[in-house]
Amino acid sequence: MSSDAKKVLTKPIVDNNPIALQVLGICSALAVTSSMTNALVMTIAVVLVTAFSNFFISIIRNQIPSSVRIIVQMAIIASLVIVVDQVLKAFSYQLSKELSVYIGLIITNCIVMGRAEAFAMKEKPGVSFMDGIGNGLGYGFVLMTVAFFRELFGFGTIFGMEVLPLIQNGGWYQANGLLVLPFSSFFIIGLMIWAIRQWKPEQVEKD
Amino acid sequence: MEHYLSLLVKTIFIENIALSFFLGMCTFLAVSKKVSTAIGLGVAVIVVLGIAVPANQVIYQAILAPGALDGILGITDPKESIDLSFLSFITFIGVIAALVQILEMVLDKYFPALYQALGIFLPLITVNCAIFGAVSFMVARNYTLGESVVYGIGSGIGWALAIVLLAGIREKMKYSDVPAGLKGLGITFITAGLMAFGFLSFGGISL
Amino acid sequence: MSSNKESFGKTVGFVFAVCIVCAALVSIAASGLKDKQVTNKLLDQQTKILEASGLLSMTDGTPFSIKETYGKFVEAKMIDLDSGEFIDGDPLLFDERRNSRDATKSEKPENDMAGINRRSHDAVIYIVRNGAGTVDTVVFPIVGSGLWDLMYGYVGLEADLNTVKSVVYSDHKETPGLGAEVMNPKWKAKWPGKKIYNEQGEAAVNLVKGGAKAGDINGVDALSGATLTSNGVTRTLQFWFGKEGYLPFITKHNDGGLI
Repeated sequence: MSSDAKKVLTKPIVDNNPIALQVLGICSALAVTSSMTNALVMTIAVVLVTAFSNFFISIIRNQIPSSVRIIVQMAIIASLVIVVDQVLKAFSYQLSKELSVYIGLIITNCIVMGRAEAFAMKEKPGVSFMDGIGNGLGYGFVLMTVAFFRELFGFGTIFGMEVLPLIQNGGWYQANGLLVLPFSSFFIIGLMIWAIRQWKPEQVEKD
Repeated sequence: MEHYLSLLVKTIFIENIALSFFLGMCTFLAVSKKVSTAIGLGVAVIVVLGIAVPANQVIYQAILAPGALDGILGITDPKESIDLSFLSFITFIGVIAALVQILEMVLDKYFPALYQALGIFLPLITVNCAIFGAVSFMVARNYTLGESVVYGIGSGIGWALAIVLLAGIREKMKYSDVPAGLKGLGITFITAGLMAFGFLSFGGISL
Repeated sequence: MSSNKESFGKTVGFVFAVCIVCAALVSIAASGLKDKQVTNKLLDQQTKILEASGLLSMTDGTPFSIKETYGKFVEAKMIDLDSGEFIDGDPLLFDERRNSRDATKSEKPENDMAGINRRSHDAVIYIVRNGAGTVDTVVFPIVGSGLWDLMYGYVGLEADLNTVKSVVYSDHKETPGLGAEVMNPKWKAKWPGKKIYNEQGEAAVNLVKGGAKAGDINGVDALSGATLTSNGVTRTLQFWFGKEGYLPFITKHNDGGLI
């Protein structure tokens, strides 16, 4: 792998994270992070959609008439999301029930659209594909971190496996009721941003 | 009547689309620096939701819903019933994009003053997942046309209420001494989390 | 270059081509996966019904054995709720959620305790027989408002149509850790042996805040910290086993006359 492609792949994970720095794609980050399994499935879905939409849009980037650019991008993204949704429904009904409308919301996830517009319209297919994976992973990194804290301290489990035995089930751990509730991800993401900015002070916002 | 009123109150407060379902978060966090812009965007969202949800309801029930086309095509055997619901994502996003475009043109031509105030927000709204999310929820919950009008407007009002409140808090926050790493995005996340916490207390109000 | 790229004909052609490709992709995915989706959905329902009838432990959890066990022991039947009689109809095509939105197929209950707004005229019940062919369990679907939204589930009753075998929720949006404890096996384990009806024949089953007293045949411990969900469960059960729910059916058939 050339160093360029590698940079495109890894940069969005911490240095230019779509959620923490670009404020993109937050809706689903909050709603699907109650368990790591959900977060992982969502991450995979977003990585696939972003990578392939970047790839296809990049292939036809020189042919797209600029007047219908946005709608063509939308059509490609929406088709990919439908395919992901159909596959999920076919192979795991339980998961698709839990993620419900949030899979469909990948269409309006600004990360996908944002990368298509900002990157894939200018660059070659291969590197665009990498950029899609990178941004999808950056999104997934935040999702998985939030889900890790919420599942571990809210339910005492990781990927559904018991780590801290709950009092209800005869163990010793009193579950943190706050982390079980969806909006606790606001606090976790807020604190994560703080941590990232302490580590990389150049990301601090000026007044 | 009573039923519609209770649905309205429920969508505005109990199931607030921004603070209970975390939809439209990108713009919610990014465009909430000033109360005046927040009001403008809020009104635009109410208008678009009020039109888009019922419009998509009609299209979904008339064409896409399982069995909707059977009457027209003369299919009586339930086994051959046509189910186009897999096309719903792409249809909804297309309808929303077209509606926003038409609304923009109508406002520009007939209500220039309103266009001046809302114009810059309209393109933002196509990718606002609050719209797409509300439409998906409308389908998932099988609302009738009347209910979908109330639901659309109600969720718009709820979203507008939330963003105006957040903008109000952020305006005041300029005078507080926030740690450098939390400035801007970080503290906004935490504020939004506390707001969602507050809205949780509406839960369980039965009408 | 731009004039060539922007010509009207080319734009229309391009959009058309993109539409064709996308349409092909989506349709292939949707129709190719349709069967699997339908099977999966059915499997989910069958698993819940087997769980409600206590037969799930007999399967090894694989889709094949669930299907086989279900096919062997479970019979779905349509009933008319008001008269309590069996009626003709294909249970597979029955959709409670769609019927309860349809004014011709549903009605407003007089006393809408469960908060469902409209109740379908008909219902599907599941009769579970043991190996010898006698009725072992009857599974009744229930629906009612919890704290956030409607909760869907199944109640399995023994052949006397009074003794509870299990209460299994399949679909709900309750608060995780509080109301969502309806899915907790520990709570579900409190149900077997409880009675739906009291001595006067009223649907008296209820969740008791602070814990049911020993010997309370109609009471089950409420979910701690989830008063509103618990009230919802109580009202749902009392509604569905009351006169606007399955009571007409149950009075007709509780002498063991189920065929």
